[in-house]
Amino acid sequence: MNALPSLAIGVLALQGAFSAHIERLRAIGADARSVRLPVDLETLDGLVLPGGESTTMSNLLRTFDLVEPLRRFIASGRPVFGTCAGMILLADRILDGRPDQIALGSCGIVVRRNGYGRQVDSFETDIDVAGLSDPFHAIFIRAPRIEQISAEVEVLARHEGDPVLVRAGSVLAASFHPELTNDDRIHRLFADMVRDATSNERSPAR
Amino acid sequence: MSGSSSSVGSFPVKRGLAEMLKGGVIMDVVTPEQAKIAEDAGACAVMALERVPADIRRDGGVARMSDPEMIEGIQAAVSIPVMAKARIGHFVEAQILQALGVDFIDESEVLTPADEAHHIDKFRFVVPFVCGATNLGEALRRISEGACMIRSKGEAGTGNVVEAVRHLRSILGDIKKIGTADSAELFDWAKKLQAPLPLVQEIAETGKLPVPLFCAGGLATPADAALAMQLGAEAVFVGSGIFKSDHPAPRAKAIVEATTHFDNPDILAKVSRGLGAPMTGIGMDEINQRYAERGW
Repeated sequence: MNALPSLAIGVLALQGAFSAHIERLRAIGADARSVRLPVDLETLDGLVLPGGESTTMSNLLRTFDLVEPLRRFIASGRPVFGTCAGMILLADRILDGRPDQIALGSCGIVVRRNGYGRQVDSFETDIDVAGLSDPFHAIFIRAPRIEQISAEVEVLARHEGDPVLVRAGSVLAASFHPELTNDDRIHRLFADMVRDATSNERSPAR
Repeated sequence: MSGSSSSVGSFPVKRGLAEMLKGGVIMDVVTPEQAKIAEDAGACAVMALERVPADIRRDGGVARMSDPEMIEGIQAAVSIPVMAKARIGHFVEAQILQALGVDFIDESEVLTPADEAHHIDKFRFVVPFVCGATNLGEALRRISEGACMIRSKGEAGTGNVVEAVRHLRSILGDIKKIGTADSAELFDWAKKLQAPLPLVQEIAETGKLPVPLFCAGGLATPADAALAMQLGAEAVFVGSGIFKSDHPAPRAKAIVEATTHFDNPDILAKVSRGLGAPMTGIGMDEINQRYAERGW
C-alpha cells in the first residue's frame, strides 16, 4: 500500500475534553487540529466531536455559524467521531435535553441526556468491543444513554444491554470517553475509517 | 465479561467530569432563574449558593453551605452540572451535598472555615471536589487529599483580577521551574512546597498538574476570562462578576464566547462591545478580609 500523507483530523474545540482527544490523536500519528471556526473545517479528513456540555456547544455552534458547515462536512462522507456530548450532537433526537439543543441527525440514534444519572452515578467498566480482542476500559461521565437505534446502525459495544459504541456509515459515536484512558484502540479504529475514506476519495476506481 | 467490574467514584471517574468542564465558564447563581440565565448563556456548570461572594463580603458574619431546598431548586431548573460549596474542613456539609446529588463540591475559602488545621479527606467521597490554591504547594496538598480539580483562588467578590493573575502565575511559574530541575533538586522542591514528593516528581515528568487547573476569584469581563486562559488556565469560574453587573445575560454569553476564543483578539473585541457596566469592583487595599488566606 502506498504511504498516505498524515491524516488531518480536527477536534471541535468550543468547550470540553478536546485537548485529551488531540493528545490521543497525535500519539497515533495523526495531524490533530482544533476547530473553532468554519474555516478550520476546510482541509480536514475527519472530525472528532468531544465530550463536554452539549448545551454550551450548541450555543457556540450557532453563534459562530458552524451548524451548516458541520452538516455539510458530515454529508460529504468524511468520518466523524462523537463522544458523549459529541454523540448527543450527532443524534436524531434528544430526550431530556433543552428544546433548542442541536441534533444533527447523523447517526440514527435517539439518546437520553444524563441517561445514566448524575455525576455520583458516573462509572468505569470493561466492555467488549467488536473487532478488539481484549476488553476496553470505558469511563462514563454523566453519560447519555442510547435508547433507540435505526436499522442501519451497527452496534460495536454494549453495556448491560444498551448500545454504547455505534457506527452508522461514516459516523462513529460513543457514550463513554476513550480519550480519558491511555488505550488508543478506539481512536485507531476511527483513524482507520478516516484512512479508508481518504484513500477511496483519492483512488481513481470508484 | 463486560459489566462485571463497574465502579463509581474512582479518581478517573471524578477527574473525568473536571475534563468535561474545560474550556467553559462556571457561573455563581443564587436562584433557579439565574441558573436558567446561566445555562441559556452557555455556562458549562453552575455553582449554587445563597449569596454571591460580593454580598458575603458586604454582609460579613459566618457564611455556610446553602439550604438544600435552594440547591434542589437549581438542580431542577437546569440540565448542566450543579456545583455547591462546603466550608473548609466541614465534611458533614460535604456529606449532605453528596446526598443531594450535586455534581461537584467546592471546598471553598469563600465560606467561613470550619477547621483551622484540616481540609476534608476527599477520597472518602464519590462526588468530585474542587479546591482553591494560591500557590503550587497548596495545590499539591489539596490534590494529595483527593481534589480532582484546582482553581487558582484569586480574591472572590472583588471584581478585581489582580489576585487571580498572581496565583495563576505562581502555580504555573513553579511548574515550569520544576520542569527544568534535576532529580536531586526535586527533594528540595517537595520540602519547600510542603508537598508530597511523588506529585512533585510527576510534575517534573509531565510538565503539568495531575488534575485540571481552572481560574477563579475576581473575573468580571470577557477580557478577564481570556487573560486567565492565555496565562494557562483551562477554564474559568465567574462569581459575582455576572449577576452584579448591569446586564447579566449578555455579559454571561460574552464571557462564554471569550473563554472559547481566548486567543482571537478580533472576536474578543466583538464580544466585549456594549455589555453595560461590569460590577464596580474594589481594590485590594480597600478590603479587610482576604479569603485567599483561608486554607492551609
